[in-house]
Amino acid sequence: MAAAPGKPASAQAATPSVMTRRGFLSTLGVAWTAFAAACAAGAVATTRFMFPNVLFEPPQQFKAGLPADFQTGTVDQRYKESFGVFIVRDEQGIYVLRAVCTHLGCTPNWLEAENKFKCPCHGSGFYRSGINYEGPAPRPLERYRIVLADDGQILIDKTKIFAQEKGEWSSPDSFLKV
Amino acid sequence: MAVLKKLWDYTRNTQLWNSIFRHGPPDTARNRGLVVLTNVFLHLHPVKVRRSGIRLRFTWCMGGITFFLFLVEVATGLLLMFYYHPTVEYAYVDIVDLREQVPLGVMRELHRWGAHAMVITVWLHMLRVFMTGSYKPPREFNWNVGVLLLVLTLLLSFTGYLLPWDQLAMWAVTVGSNMARATPLLGHEGPGSSLLKIGDISLINAGNDARFALLGGRFVGAGALLRFYVLHCVGIPVVAIILMAVHFWRVRKDGGISGPV
Repeated sequence: MAAAPGKPASAQAATPSVMTRRGFLSTLGVAWTAFAAACAAGAVATTRFMFPNVLFEPPQQFKAGLPADFQTGTVDQRYKESFGVFIVRDEQGIYVLRAVCTHLGCTPNWLEAENKFKCPCHGSGFYRSGINYEGPAPRPLERYRIVLADDGQILIDKTKIFAQEKGEWSSPDSFLKV
Repeated sequence: MAVLKKLWDYTRNTQLWNSIFRHGPPDTARNRGLVVLTNVFLHLHPVKVRRSGIRLRFTWCMGGITFFLFLVEVATGLLLMFYYHPTVEYAYVDIVDLREQVPLGVMRELHRWGAHAMVITVWLHMLRVFMTGSYKPPREFNWNVGVLLLVLTLLLSFTGYLLPWDQLAMWAVTVGSNMARATPLLGHEGPGSSLLKIGDISLINAGNDARFALLGGRFVGAGALLRFYVLHCVGIPVVAIILMAVHFWRVRKDGGISGPV
């Protein structure tokens, strides 16, 4: 094969900056990979943006005062508004009920005269212990972890939940013996 | 009348008129077609509609009524936004203010009842399309776009439900958003979420699951109110408008409104 007329063979060698097919494709591959990685990183960062670092909510753990502040045979509601808990003391000790109905998540009311928790949304009823006995609630109210802090105060930890139907109410942290 | 005719003829020959409308008066079939084709809004609509396509007993005009109600919601919603603050402090009193003090206090009721009506008409539209078999090829893609629009309509209702910030709103959205707890893998009470853990530490909990992202917190509070407001006023409507454009355009591309067999 002769060289193309009018194009000396040395002309190609003289322009090494012309991109080869292989070089073009690999550059394209790197560029697209980098672009896809940047898009993925942007998507991850944007998703992370929707999860705030600081919440303007009550803390998940709080001190509720000394055990002596709670009288035997009472359902205490002083932390119902602020932390969403009922603190119940009976002859054996103190337990903390989560004030969230197990039906659909409304806040039950404690009815002292009727000795029961009653949910205003759909009428679920719970005994003082938290066991459900009427209405649509499928399972008892949950209990939160309760321990004594170093200073003798009750420490309530809302990150740990004890469910009666899983047999967790016998766990030592679900109940404070006093 | 002669004066009006003269004025009309003069207007039609001005450069301003001709710069907007590139076709002659719609007195021929070609020009009537051009009226539709050269207008960005009208061109989504078919140039020609079958006689059966405008027969009320066949279409119920439910798609059209739904679109009309959407426009009502946009107009009334924009007006309500001039008075409403999506904050815990002001949301409820702003709604009371809109009803009791703001002139034309019926505006909020229009928005609310229009929303109820839109949910009903969108279902009736779906029923009509189903009963007439209009989901069949070549329209099966548009049926799916319609299903997405139905979901968006319900989400618009759900997010708008929270904004009055009364007891009904609070607890309805508490109950509704509890469903997100059961999201597979991404909800802290959902199937598979217990598999995502490192050692003893669960990666998915009430502080980082799908419900948390929706509410911006562990319960329905200030974060949830603001997020639902943004989704209600901007996020979902923008997606709905895009899908509506596709929906109407596909009606044309799939051969117009289906006719009786």
